[in-house]
Amino acid sequence: MTEILSVQRVTVRLSGREVLRDVSFAIAPGELTGLIGSNGAGKTTLFRVILGLQHASDGRVLIAGRTRGTARLAGGRRNAPIGYVPQKFLLDPDMPLRARDLVGLGLDAHRFGIPRPSRARRALIEEMLAAVDARDFADTRVGLLSGGEQQRVLIAHALIGRPRLLLLDEPLANLDLRAAQEVVQLLARIASQLGVAVLISAHEMNPLLPVMDRIVYLAGGRAASGTVAEVVRADVLSELYGSHVDVLNVHGRVLVVAGAGDEADMHGHEGVFPERQPAPLPGELAL
Amino acid sequence: MSAALIFAHGFFSSEDVRIAILVGAVVAVVSGTVGTFTVMRGQSFAGEALGDIGITGGSGAFLFGVGPLWGFVAAGVVAAAVMELIGIQRPRGRDLATGIVLGAALGLAALLLYLDSTLHNTTGAGRTILFGSVFAVSAGTLPLIAGLGAGVLALIALLYRPLLLSCVSAEMAAARGIAVRAVGAAYLLALALAVALAAISIGAILSTALLIGPAATALRLTRRPGLAIAVAGLVGVAAMWLGILLAYDSYYWPPKETGWPVSFFVVTLIFLAYLLSGLPALLRRRGRSG
Repeated sequence: MTEILSVQRVTVRLSGREVLRDVSFAIAPGELTGLIGSNGAGKTTLFRVILGLQHASDGRVLIAGRTRGTARLAGGRRNAPIGYVPQKFLLDPDMPLRARDLVGLGLDAHRFGIPRPSRARRALIEEMLAAVDARDFADTRVGLLSGGEQQRVLIAHALIGRPRLLLLDEPLANLDLRAAQEVVQLLARIASQLGVAVLISAHEMNPLLPVMDRIVYLAGGRAASGTVAEVVRADVLSELYGSHVDVLNVHGRVLVVAGAGDEADMHGHEGVFPERQPAPLPGELAL
Repeated sequence: MSAALIFAHGFFSSEDVRIAILVGAVVAVVSGTVGTFTVMRGQSFAGEALGDIGITGGSGAFLFGVGPLWGFVAAGVVAAAVMELIGIQRPRGRDLATGIVLGAALGLAALLLYLDSTLHNTTGAGRTILFGSVFAVSAGTLPLIAGLGAGVLALIALLYRPLLLSCVSAEMAAARGIAVRAVGAAYLLALALAVALAAISIGAILSTALLIGPAATALRLTRRPGLAIAVAGLVGVAAMWLGILLAYDSYYWPPKETGWPVSFFVVTLIFLAYLLSGLPALLRRRGRSG
Protein backbone atom coordinates (compact mmCIF):
# COMPACT_ATOMS: atom_id res chain seq x y z
CA MET A 1 0.00 0.00 0.00
CA THR A 2 1.09 3.60 -0.49
CA GLU A 3 1.33 4.41 3.16
CA ILE A 4 1.31 7.95 4.55
CA LEU A 5 2.60 6.91 7.96
CA SER A 6 4.94 4.03 8.66
CA VAL A 7 6.09 3.35 12.22
CA GLN A 8 8.98 0.89 12.14
CA ARG A 9 10.14 -0.98 15.24
CA VAL A 10 9.93 2.10 17.45
CA THR A 11 11.21 1.80 21.01
CA VAL A 12 11.08 4.70 23.47
CA ARG A 13 12.82 4.75 26.84
CA LEU A 14 11.92 7.57 29.23
CA SER A 15 14.22 7.88 32.25
CA GLY A 16 15.15 4.23 32.07
CA ARG A 17 11.61 2.92 31.62
CA GLU A 18 10.57 1.35 28.34
CA VAL A 19 7.36 3.12 27.38
CA LEU A 20 7.15 1.68 23.87
CA ARG A 21 8.82 -1.50 22.68
CA ASP A 22 9.28 -2.52 19.08
CA VAL A 23 6.07 -0.89 17.86
CA SER A 24 5.39 -1.23 14.11
CA PHE A 25 2.38 -0.36 11.97
CA ALA A 26 1.49 1.58 8.83
CA ILE A 27 -1.56 3.49 7.67
CA ALA A 28 -2.69 4.57 4.22
CA PRO A 29 -4.58 7.66 2.97
CA GLY A 30 -8.34 7.45 3.43
CA GLU A 31 -8.02 4.97 6.27
CA LEU A 32 -9.32 5.46 9.78
CA THR A 33 -7.15 3.74 12.37
CA GLY A 34 -7.90 3.37 16.05
CA LEU A 35 -4.97 3.43 18.48
CA ILE A 36 -6.47 1.54 21.39
CA GLY A 37 -4.93 1.13 24.82
CA SER A 38 -5.62 1.86 28.48
CA ASN A 39 -4.20 4.96 30.16
CA GLY A 40 -0.45 4.68 30.44
CA ALA A 41 -0.18 2.25 27.52
CA GLY A 42 1.97 4.74 25.61
CA LYS A 43 -0.54 6.31 23.22
CA THR A 44 0.45 9.92 23.84
CA THR A 45 4.16 9.04 23.71
CA LEU A 46 3.60 7.38 20.33
CA PHE A 47 1.85 10.51 19.06
CA ARG A 48 4.71 12.67 20.26
CA VAL A 49 7.17 10.46 18.37
CA ILE A 50 5.08 10.73 15.19
CA LEU A 51 4.88 14.51 15.60
CA GLY A 52 8.63 14.72 16.05
CA LEU A 53 8.32 16.09 19.61
CA GLN A 54 9.83 12.98 21.18
CA HIS A 55 12.95 11.14 20.11
CA ALA A 56 12.63 7.42 19.49
CA SER A 57 15.38 5.47 21.27
CA ASP A 58 15.24 2.94 18.47
CA GLY A 59 13.46 2.46 15.16
CA ARG A 60 12.10 5.12 12.84
CA VAL A 61 8.98 6.88 11.66
CA LEU A 62 8.37 7.58 7.98
CA ILE A 63 5.89 10.28 6.95
CA ALA A 64 5.02 10.00 3.27
CA GLY A 65 8.15 7.92 2.81
CA ARG A 66 10.51 10.37 4.49
CA THR A 67 12.19 9.94 7.86
CA ARG A 68 10.83 11.94 10.74
CA GLY A 69 13.56 13.16 13.04
CA THR A 70 13.06 15.01 16.28
CA ALA A 71 13.69 18.29 14.51
CA ARG A 72 10.66 20.31 13.58
CA LEU A 73 10.88 19.46 9.95
CA ALA A 74 7.88 19.63 7.69
CA GLY A 75 5.58 20.71 10.54
CA GLY A 76 6.34 24.37 10.03
CA ARG A 77 5.56 24.44 6.35
CA ARG A 78 2.35 25.34 4.70
CA ASN A 79 0.31 22.28 3.82
CA ALA A 80 1.82 20.73 6.89
CA PRO A 81 1.48 16.96 6.48
CA ILE A 82 0.23 16.35 10.03
CA GLY A 83 -2.83 17.82 11.70
CA TYR A 84 -2.97 17.34 15.47
CA VAL A 85 -5.70 17.60 18.11
CA PRO A 86 -4.21 17.23 21.60
CA GLN A 87 -5.67 15.41 24.56
CA LYS A 88 -7.92 16.95 27.23
CA PHE A 89 -8.15 20.25 25.55
CA LEU A 90 -10.08 22.79 27.57
CA LEU A 91 -9.88 26.37 26.49
CA ASP A 92 -10.19 29.21 28.97
CA PRO A 93 -13.70 30.69 28.61
CA ASP A 94 -12.22 34.17 29.11
CA MET A 95 -10.00 33.83 26.05
CA PRO A 96 -11.17 36.30 23.40
CA LEU A 97 -11.11 33.84 20.53
CA ARG A 98 -14.03 32.86 18.34
CA ALA A 99 -14.31 29.44 16.76
CA ARG A 100 -13.47 30.99 13.39
CA ASP A 101 -10.36 32.66 14.81
CA LEU A 102 -9.03 29.33 16.04
CA VAL A 103 -9.72 27.70 12.66
CA GLY A 104 -7.91 30.60 10.99
CA LEU A 105 -4.87 30.02 13.22
CA GLY A 106 -4.73 26.51 11.76
CA LEU A 107 -4.06 28.11 8.41
CA ASP A 108 -1.08 30.26 9.25
CA ALA A 109 -0.20 30.28 12.98
CA HIS A 110 3.35 29.22 12.18
CA ARG A 111 3.93 32.44 10.28
CA PHE A 112 5.11 35.69 11.81
CA GLY A 113 3.04 38.83 11.71
CA ILE A 114 -0.63 39.71 11.89
CA PRO A 115 -3.04 37.82 9.59
CA ARG A 116 -4.24 39.95 6.71
CA PRO A 117 -7.97 39.52 6.21
CA SER A 118 -8.83 38.53 2.66
CA ARG A 119 -11.85 37.12 0.89
CA ALA A 120 -9.97 33.92 0.06
CA ARG A 121 -8.95 33.43 3.71
CA ARG A 122 -12.50 34.00 4.92
CA ALA A 123 -13.92 31.62 2.33
CA LEU A 124 -11.44 28.90 3.30
CA ILE A 125 -12.33 29.24 7.00
CA GLU A 126 -16.05 29.26 6.17
CA GLU A 127 -15.67 26.13 4.07
CA MET A 128 -13.84 24.31 6.85
CA LEU A 129 -16.41 25.38 9.48
CA ALA A 130 -19.12 23.98 7.21
CA ALA A 131 -17.21 20.72 6.76
CA VAL A 132 -17.33 20.06 10.52
CA ASP A 133 -20.87 21.44 11.00
CA ALA A 134 -19.58 24.31 13.11
CA ARG A 135 -21.13 27.26 11.28
CA ASP A 136 -23.86 27.74 13.90
CA PHE A 137 -21.33 28.61 16.58
CA ALA A 138 -18.56 30.07 14.42
CA ASP A 139 -18.78 33.43 16.20
CA THR A 140 -18.96 32.11 19.75
CA ARG A 141 -15.96 32.12 22.07
CA VAL A 142 -14.32 28.70 21.81
CA GLY A 143 -14.09 28.40 25.59
CA LEU A 144 -17.87 28.65 25.92
CA LEU A 145 -18.60 25.76 23.53
CA SER A 146 -19.51 22.25 24.66
CA GLY A 147 -16.91 19.49 24.54
CA GLY A 148 -18.26 18.10 21.27
CA GLU A 149 -18.40 21.53 19.65
CA GLN A 150 -14.84 22.35 20.76
CA GLN A 151 -13.72 19.02 19.34
CA ARG A 152 -15.22 19.90 15.95
CA VAL A 153 -13.57 23.32 15.93
CA LEU A 154 -10.22 21.72 16.80
CA ILE A 155 -10.64 19.22 13.97
CA ALA A 156 -11.30 22.12 11.59
CA HIS A 157 -8.20 23.87 12.97
CA ALA A 158 -6.13 20.76 12.31
CA LEU A 159 -7.61 20.11 8.86
CA ILE A 160 -7.50 23.57 7.29
CA GLY A 161 -3.79 23.23 6.49
CA ARG A 162 -4.75 20.25 4.27
CA PRO A 163 -2.70 17.64 6.12
CA ARG A 164 -2.52 14.10 4.75
CA LEU A 165 -2.39 12.68 8.26
CA LEU A 166 -4.67 13.68 11.13
CA LEU A 167 -3.81 12.65 14.72
CA LEU A 168 -6.41 12.93 17.48
CA ASP A 169 -5.44 12.13 21.06
CA GLU A 170 -8.46 10.78 22.99
CA PRO A 171 -11.01 12.94 21.14
CA LEU A 172 -13.91 11.00 22.64
CA ALA A 173 -12.89 11.38 26.28
CA ASN A 174 -15.28 13.68 28.18
CA LEU A 175 -17.93 13.47 25.44
CA ASP A 176 -21.39 12.09 26.02
CA LEU A 177 -22.50 9.16 23.86
CA ARG A 178 -24.26 11.23 21.26
CA ALA A 179 -21.49 13.84 20.86
CA ALA A 180 -18.96 11.00 20.62
CA GLN A 181 -20.97 9.34 17.85
CA GLU A 182 -21.18 12.61 15.93
CA VAL A 183 -17.43 13.14 16.17
CA VAL A 184 -16.76 9.55 15.06
CA GLN A 185 -19.05 9.94 12.03
CA LEU A 186 -17.38 13.23 11.17
CA LEU A 187 -13.92 11.65 11.31
CA ALA A 188 -15.01 8.72 9.14
CA ARG A 189 -16.35 11.19 6.58
CA ILE A 190 -13.10 13.16 6.65
CA ALA A 191 -11.08 10.00 6.04
CA SER A 192 -13.18 8.73 3.14
CA GLN A 193 -14.08 12.01 1.44
CA LEU A 194 -10.85 13.97 1.84
CA GLY A 195 -8.56 10.95 1.57
CA VAL A 196 -6.87 11.90 4.85
CA ALA A 197 -5.32 9.18 7.00
CA VAL A 198 -6.95 9.52 10.43
CA LEU A 199 -5.33 8.09 13.56
CA ILE A 200 -7.50 8.25 16.70
CA SER A 201 -6.35 7.20 20.14
CA ALA A 202 -8.94 5.91 22.58
CA HIS A 203 -9.05 3.79 25.71
CA GLU A 204 -12.34 2.28 24.58
CA MET A 205 -12.66 0.64 21.17
CA ASN A 206 -16.42 0.17 20.91
CA PRO A 207 -17.38 3.68 19.73
CA LEU A 208 -14.86 3.29 16.89
CA LEU A 209 -15.77 -0.26 15.84
CA PRO A 210 -18.29 0.73 13.12
CA VAL A 211 -15.78 2.98 11.32
CA MET A 212 -12.33 1.57 12.04
CA ASP A 213 -10.42 0.29 8.99
CA ARG A 214 -7.51 -0.78 11.13
CA ILE A 215 -6.66 -1.09 14.76
CA VAL A 216 -3.37 -0.66 16.61
CA TYR A 217 -3.78 -2.24 20.03
CA LEU A 218 -1.27 -1.08 22.64
CA ALA A 219 -0.64 -2.91 25.90
CA GLY A 220 2.40 -2.67 28.14
CA GLY A 221 4.25 -0.69 25.49
CA ARG A 222 3.84 -3.35 22.81
CA ALA A 223 1.47 -3.21 19.85
CA ALA A 224 -0.57 -5.55 17.67
CA SER A 225 -1.98 -4.10 14.45
CA GLY A 226 -4.16 -5.08 11.54
CA THR A 227 -7.88 -5.18 10.84
CA VAL A 228 -10.20 -5.53 13.80
CA ALA A 229 -10.85 -9.16 12.85
CA GLU A 230 -7.12 -9.87 12.80
CA VAL A 231 -6.27 -8.20 16.09
CA VAL A 232 -9.23 -8.39 18.45
CA ARG A 233 -8.90 -12.13 19.03
CA ALA A 234 -8.23 -14.08 22.17
CA ASP A 235 -4.93 -15.56 20.94
CA VAL A 236 -3.47 -12.26 19.63
CA LEU A 237 -4.43 -10.20 22.70
CA SER A 238 -3.39 -12.95 25.13
CA GLU A 239 0.03 -12.95 23.50
CA LEU A 240 0.15 -9.13 23.73
CA TYR A 241 -0.84 -9.01 27.40
CA GLY A 242 1.29 -12.00 28.30
CA SER A 243 -1.64 -13.64 30.09
CA HIS A 244 -4.87 -15.22 28.98
CA VAL A 245 -7.72 -12.94 27.96
CA ASP A 246 -11.10 -13.69 26.39
CA VAL A 247 -12.76 -11.66 23.66
CA LEU A 248 -16.53 -11.71 23.91
CA ASN A 249 -19.08 -10.40 21.46
CA VAL A 250 -22.18 -9.14 23.19
CA HIS A 251 -24.89 -7.46 21.12
CA GLY A 252 -22.34 -6.10 18.67
CA ARG A 253 -20.05 -4.79 21.38
CA VAL A 254 -16.67 -6.30 22.04
CA LEU A 255 -15.64 -7.09 25.58
CA VAL A 256 -12.05 -7.96 26.38
CA VAL A 257 -11.90 -9.69 29.73
CA ALA A 258 -9.11 -11.29 31.66
CA GLY A 259 -9.34 -15.07 31.88
CA ALA A 260 -10.43 -17.02 34.93
CA GLY A 261 -8.22 -16.41 37.93
CA ASP A 262 -7.37 -12.87 36.85
CA GLU A 263 -10.66 -11.39 37.95
CA ALA A 264 -9.02 -9.14 40.51
CA ASP A 265 -7.44 -7.17 37.69
CA MET A 266 -10.78 -6.39 36.15
CA HIS A 267 -11.74 -4.17 39.02
CA GLY A 268 -8.53 -2.14 39.05
CA HIS A 269 -8.54 1.52 38.26
CA GLU A 270 -7.02 2.95 35.17
CA GLY A 271 -3.55 4.32 35.54
CA VAL A 272 0.05 3.48 34.89
CA PHE A 273 0.67 -0.19 35.39
CA PRO A 274 3.88 -2.06 35.88
CA GLU A 275 5.09 -3.54 32.67
CA ARG A 276 3.78 -6.86 31.50
CA GLN A 277 1.08 -6.80 34.14
CA PRO A 278 -2.40 -7.22 32.73
CA ALA A 279 -3.97 -3.80 33.12
CA PRO A 280 -7.72 -3.21 33.07
CA LEU A 281 -8.42 -3.98 29.48
CA PRO A 282 -9.55 -1.40 27.02
CA GLY A 283 -12.73 -3.14 25.98
CA GLU A 284 -15.89 -2.65 27.96
CA LEU A 285 -15.24 -3.85 31.44
CA ALA A 286 -17.34 -6.82 32.42
CA LEU A 287 -18.12 -6.65 36.11
CA MET B 1 -18.08 78.28 30.61
CA SER B 2 -18.44 74.55 31.20
CA ALA B 3 -15.24 73.89 29.24
CA ALA B 4 -13.44 76.30 31.53
CA LEU B 5 -14.70 74.35 34.52
CA ILE B 6 -13.44 71.03 33.17
CA PHE B 7 -10.11 72.21 31.77
CA ALA B 8 -8.56 74.31 34.49
CA HIS B 9 -6.68 77.42 33.41
CA GLY B 10 -3.49 76.71 31.52
CA PHE B 11 -4.13 73.00 30.95
CA PHE B 12 -3.31 73.00 27.25
CA SER B 13 -0.54 75.57 27.41
CA SER B 14 1.43 73.65 30.02
CA GLU B 15 4.54 71.94 28.66
CA ASP B 16 4.35 69.25 31.38
CA VAL B 17 0.76 68.43 30.42
CA ARG B 18 1.60 68.13 26.74
CA ILE B 19 4.46 65.72 27.45
CA ALA B 20 2.28 63.79 29.91
CA ILE B 21 -0.47 63.39 27.32
CA LEU B 22 1.99 62.05 24.74
CA VAL B 23 3.82 59.74 27.13
CA GLY B 24 0.55 58.54 28.64
CA ALA B 25 -0.83 57.60 25.23
CA VAL B 26 2.28 55.70 24.10
CA VAL B 27 2.61 53.84 27.39
CA ALA B 28 -1.10 52.96 27.62
CA VAL B 29 -1.19 51.56 24.09
CA VAL B 30 1.94 49.45 24.67
CA SER B 31 0.69 48.23 28.06
CA GLY B 32 -2.73 47.35 26.67
CA THR B 33 -1.24 45.38 23.78
CA VAL B 34 1.29 43.43 25.82
CA GLY B 35 -1.12 43.14 28.77
CA THR B 36 -3.75 41.37 26.67
CA PHE B 37 -1.30 38.55 26.06
CA THR B 38 -0.14 38.66 29.70
CA VAL B 39 -3.69 38.00 30.87
CA MET B 40 -4.29 35.32 28.22
CA ARG B 41 -1.07 33.54 29.20
CA GLY B 42 -1.87 33.83 32.91
CA GLN B 43 1.41 35.65 33.57
CA SER B 44 0.02 38.51 35.64
CA PHE B 45 2.30 37.57 38.51
CA ALA B 46 5.35 37.86 36.24
CA GLY B 47 4.10 41.28 35.13
CA GLU B 48 3.66 42.42 38.73
CA ALA B 49 7.07 41.06 39.67
CA LEU B 50 8.81 42.82 36.78
CA GLY B 51 7.17 46.05 37.95
CA ASP B 52 8.35 45.58 41.52
CA ILE B 53 11.82 44.70 40.27
CA GLY B 54 11.76 48.08 38.52
CA ILE B 55 12.13 49.58 42.02
CA THR B 56 15.61 48.07 42.13
CA GLY B 57 16.47 49.53 38.73
CA GLY B 58 14.93 52.91 39.46
CA SER B 59 16.62 53.34 42.84
CA GLY B 60 19.93 52.17 41.36
CA ALA B 61 19.62 54.69 38.53
CA PHE B 62 18.92 57.46 41.03
CA LEU B 63 21.97 56.49 43.07
CA PHE B 64 24.26 56.71 40.03
CA GLY B 65 22.55 59.78 38.59
CA VAL B 66 21.21 58.04 35.46
CA GLY B 67 17.70 58.55 34.07
CA PRO B 68 15.19 56.29 35.85
CA LEU B 69 13.91 54.79 32.58
CA TRP B 70 17.34 53.24 31.97
CA GLY B 71 17.17 51.71 35.43
CA PHE B 72 13.69 50.28 34.81
CA VAL B 73 14.70 48.85 31.43
CA ALA B 74 17.96 47.33 32.69
CA ALA B 75 16.38 45.74 35.77
CA GLY B 76 13.41 44.43 33.78
CA VAL B 77 15.48 42.86 31.00
CA VAL B 78 17.98 41.26 33.39
CA ALA B 79 15.17 39.94 35.61
CA ALA B 80 13.29 38.54 32.60
CA ALA B 81 16.45 36.78 31.43
CA VAL B 82 17.02 35.20 34.85
CA MET B 83 13.36 34.13 35.07
CA GLU B 84 13.72 32.49 31.66
CA LEU B 85 16.89 30.69 32.77
CA ILE B 86 15.30 29.43 36.00
CA GLY B 87 12.46 28.04 33.94
CA ILE B 88 9.46 30.36 33.91
CA GLN B 89 8.09 28.46 30.91
CA ARG B 90 7.81 25.15 32.70
CA PRO B 91 4.27 24.80 34.04
CA ARG B 92 5.50 24.18 37.57
CA GLY B 93 8.43 26.57 37.34
CA ARG B 94 6.40 29.62 36.45
CA ASP B 95 5.56 31.08 39.84
CA LEU B 96 8.73 29.74 41.39
CA ALA B 97 11.05 31.44 38.88
CA THR B 98 9.14 34.68 39.26
CA GLY B 99 9.07 34.56 43.06
CA ILE B 100 12.77 33.80 43.46
CA VAL B 101 13.89 36.60 41.16
CA LEU B 102 11.40 39.01 42.77
CA GLY B 103 12.66 38.27 46.26
CA ALA B 104 16.31 38.72 45.34
CA ALA B 105 15.65 41.96 43.46
CA LEU B 106 13.60 43.51 46.26
CA GLY B 107 16.36 42.72 48.75
CA LEU B 108 18.71 44.71 46.57
CA ALA B 109 16.09 47.47 46.31
CA ALA B 110 16.02 47.74 50.10
CA LEU B 111 19.74 48.50 50.07
CA LEU B 112 19.60 50.90 47.12
CA LEU B 113 16.65 52.88 48.53
CA TYR B 114 18.47 53.15 51.87
CA LEU B 115 21.59 54.45 50.13
CA ASP B 116 19.48 56.86 48.05
CA SER B 117 17.94 58.44 51.12
CA THR B 118 21.15 58.58 53.16
CA LEU B 119 23.63 59.63 50.48
CA HIS B 120 21.31 62.05 48.68
CA ASN B 121 19.45 63.10 51.77
CA THR B 122 16.07 62.95 50.10
CA THR B 123 12.93 60.85 50.43
CA GLY B 124 11.25 62.13 47.25
CA ALA B 125 13.16 59.72 45.03
CA GLY B 126 11.66 56.68 46.66
CA ARG B 127 8.14 57.95 46.22
CA THR B 128 8.67 58.87 42.56
CA ILE B 129 10.13 55.44 41.79
CA LEU B 130 7.36 53.58 43.58
CA PHE B 131 4.33 55.63 42.60
CA GLY B 132 5.67 57.74 39.76
CA SER B 133 4.30 60.84 38.11
CA VAL B 134 3.70 61.23 34.43
CA PHE B 135 4.25 64.98 34.94
CA ALA B 136 7.82 64.28 35.99
CA VAL B 137 8.88 62.82 32.63
CA SER B 138 11.38 65.13 30.98
CA ALA B 139 11.05 66.22 27.36
CA GLY B 140 14.43 64.67 26.61
CA THR B 141 13.13 61.19 27.49
CA LEU B 142 10.29 61.45 24.98
CA PRO B 143 12.17 60.06 21.93
CA LEU B 144 13.46 57.11 23.97
CA ILE B 145 9.95 56.31 25.23
CA ALA B 146 8.50 56.55 21.72
CA GLY B 147 11.31 54.39 20.31
CA LEU B 148 10.98 51.69 22.96
CA GLY B 149 7.20 51.73 22.59
CA ALA B 150 7.41 51.31 18.82
CA GLY B 151 9.94 48.49 19.27
CA VAL B 152 7.67 46.58 21.66
CA LEU B 153 4.65 46.99 19.37
CA ALA B 154 6.68 45.79 16.39
CA LEU B 155 7.87 42.74 18.34
CA ILE B 156 4.31 41.82 19.36
CA ALA B 157 3.08 42.32 15.79
CA LEU B 158 5.83 40.00 14.56
CA LEU B 159 5.03 37.33 17.17
CA TYR B 160 1.26 37.76 16.89
CA ARG B 161 0.14 34.47 15.32
CA PRO B 162 2.62 32.01 16.92
CA LEU B 163 2.12 33.74 20.29
CA LEU B 164 -1.66 33.53 20.03
CA LEU B 165 -1.60 29.80 19.23
CA SER B 166 0.89 29.26 22.08
CA CYS B 167 -1.63 30.94 24.40
CA VAL B 168 -4.32 28.53 23.19
CA SER B 169 -2.20 25.43 23.57
CA ALA B 170 1.57 25.08 23.73
CA GLU B 171 1.20 21.50 22.48
CA MET B 172 -0.75 22.49 19.39
CA ALA B 173 1.77 25.24 18.67
CA ALA B 174 4.70 22.83 19.01
CA ALA B 175 2.98 20.34 16.70
CA ARG B 176 2.68 23.13 14.12
CA GLY B 177 6.43 23.56 14.22
CA ILE B 178 6.37 26.77 16.28
CA ALA B 179 9.41 27.26 18.51
CA VAL B 180 7.25 27.74 21.59
CA ARG B 181 10.12 28.39 23.97
CA ALA B 182 11.73 31.06 21.77
CA VAL B 183 8.38 32.76 21.23
CA GLY B 184 7.80 32.75 25.01
CA ALA B 185 11.22 34.25 25.69
CA ALA B 186 10.74 37.01 23.10
CA TYR B 187 7.36 37.75 24.63
CA LEU B 188 8.93 37.98 28.10
CA LEU B 189 11.34 40.60 26.73
CA ALA B 190 8.38 42.61 25.36
CA LEU B 191 6.72 42.32 28.77
CA ALA B 192 9.81 43.59 30.59
CA LEU B 193 10.06 46.62 28.27
CA ALA B 194 6.32 47.37 28.50
CA VAL B 195 6.48 47.27 32.29
CA ALA B 196 9.51 49.62 32.27
CA LEU B 197 7.52 52.10 30.19
CA ALA B 198 4.53 51.82 32.53
CA ALA B 199 6.84 52.30 35.52
CA ILE B 200 8.19 55.60 34.20
CA SER B 201 4.68 56.99 33.84
CA ILE B 202 2.73 55.71 36.85
CA GLY B 203 5.45 54.22 39.03
CA ALA B 204 7.05 50.82 39.40
CA ILE B 205 4.53 49.43 41.87
CA LEU B 206 1.49 50.67 39.96
CA SER B 207 2.71 49.53 36.53
CA THR B 208 0.73 46.29 36.90
CA ALA B 209 -2.51 48.23 37.07
CA LEU B 210 -1.89 49.69 33.62
CA LEU B 211 -0.71 46.34 32.25
CA ILE B 212 -3.45 44.08 33.60
CA GLY B 213 -6.45 46.35 34.26
CA PRO B 214 -7.29 47.56 30.73
CA ALA B 215 -6.51 44.11 29.27
CA ALA B 216 -8.76 42.32 31.78
CA THR B 217 -11.49 44.86 31.03
CA ALA B 218 -11.13 44.27 27.27
CA LEU B 219 -11.25 40.49 27.67
CA ARG B 220 -14.64 40.84 29.30
CA LEU B 221 -16.01 42.98 26.50
CA THR B 222 -14.80 41.36 23.27
CA ARG B 223 -14.68 37.98 21.57
CA ARG B 224 -11.81 38.67 19.19
CA PRO B 225 -8.10 38.90 20.00
CA GLY B 226 -7.39 41.91 17.75
CA LEU B 227 -10.38 43.80 19.09
CA ALA B 228 -9.39 42.97 22.68
CA ILE B 229 -6.00 44.58 22.10
CA ALA B 230 -7.62 47.70 20.61
CA VAL B 231 -10.11 48.02 23.49
CA ALA B 232 -7.34 47.50 26.07
CA GLY B 233 -5.33 50.31 24.45
CA LEU B 234 -8.35 52.62 24.36
CA VAL B 235 -9.28 51.97 28.01
CA GLY B 236 -5.67 52.64 29.03
CA VAL B 237 -5.40 55.87 27.04
CA ALA B 238 -8.77 57.09 28.36
CA ALA B 239 -7.74 56.39 31.97
CA MET B 240 -4.38 58.11 31.41
CA TRP B 241 -5.79 61.24 29.83
CA LEU B 242 -8.68 61.58 32.25
CA GLY B 243 -6.27 60.97 35.13
CA ILE B 244 -3.94 63.70 33.86
CA LEU B 245 -6.88 66.10 33.57
CA LEU B 246 -8.15 65.34 37.08
CA ALA B 247 -4.68 65.63 38.58
CA TYR B 248 -4.20 69.00 36.94
CA ASP B 249 -7.60 70.18 38.16
CA SER B 250 -6.88 68.89 41.67
CA TYR B 251 -4.52 71.83 42.26
CA TYR B 252 -7.70 73.78 42.89
CA TRP B 253 -9.09 71.17 45.28
CA PRO B 254 -8.37 70.98 49.00
CA PRO B 255 -5.76 70.88 50.37
CA LYS B 256 -4.99 74.12 48.51
CA GLU B 257 -2.00 74.54 46.21
CA THR B 258 -0.96 70.86 46.18
CA GLY B 259 -2.21 68.58 43.45
CA TRP B 260 -3.21 65.00 44.07
CA PRO B 261 -0.91 62.31 42.62
CA VAL B 262 -1.80 61.61 39.00
CA SER B 263 -1.08 57.88 39.42
CA PHE B 264 -3.89 57.68 41.98
CA PHE B 265 -6.40 58.93 39.45
CA VAL B 266 -5.17 56.69 36.61
CA VAL B 267 -5.22 53.52 38.69
CA THR B 268 -8.60 54.32 40.23
CA LEU B 269 -10.13 54.99 36.81
CA ILE B 270 -8.75 51.67 35.50
CA PHE B 271 -10.25 49.88 38.48
CA LEU B 272 -13.62 51.54 37.88
CA ALA B 273 -13.51 50.55 34.20
CA TYR B 274 -12.89 46.94 35.19
CA LEU B 275 -15.81 46.95 37.62
CA LEU B 276 -18.09 48.55 35.03
CA SER B 277 -17.10 45.99 32.39
CA GLY B 278 -18.57 43.30 34.62
CA LEU B 279 -21.99 44.90 34.53
CA PRO B 280 -23.24 43.51 31.17
CA ALA B 281 -22.53 39.92 32.24
CA LEU B 282 -24.06 40.54 35.67
CA LEU B 283 -27.24 42.02 34.18
CA ARG B 284 -27.50 39.14 31.72
CA ARG B 285 -27.27 36.63 34.57
CA ARG B 286 -29.86 38.53 36.61
CA GLY B 287 -32.17 38.65 33.60
CA ARG B 288 -31.90 34.93 33.10
CA SER B 289 -32.49 33.92 36.71
CA GLY B 290 -35.19 36.54 37.33
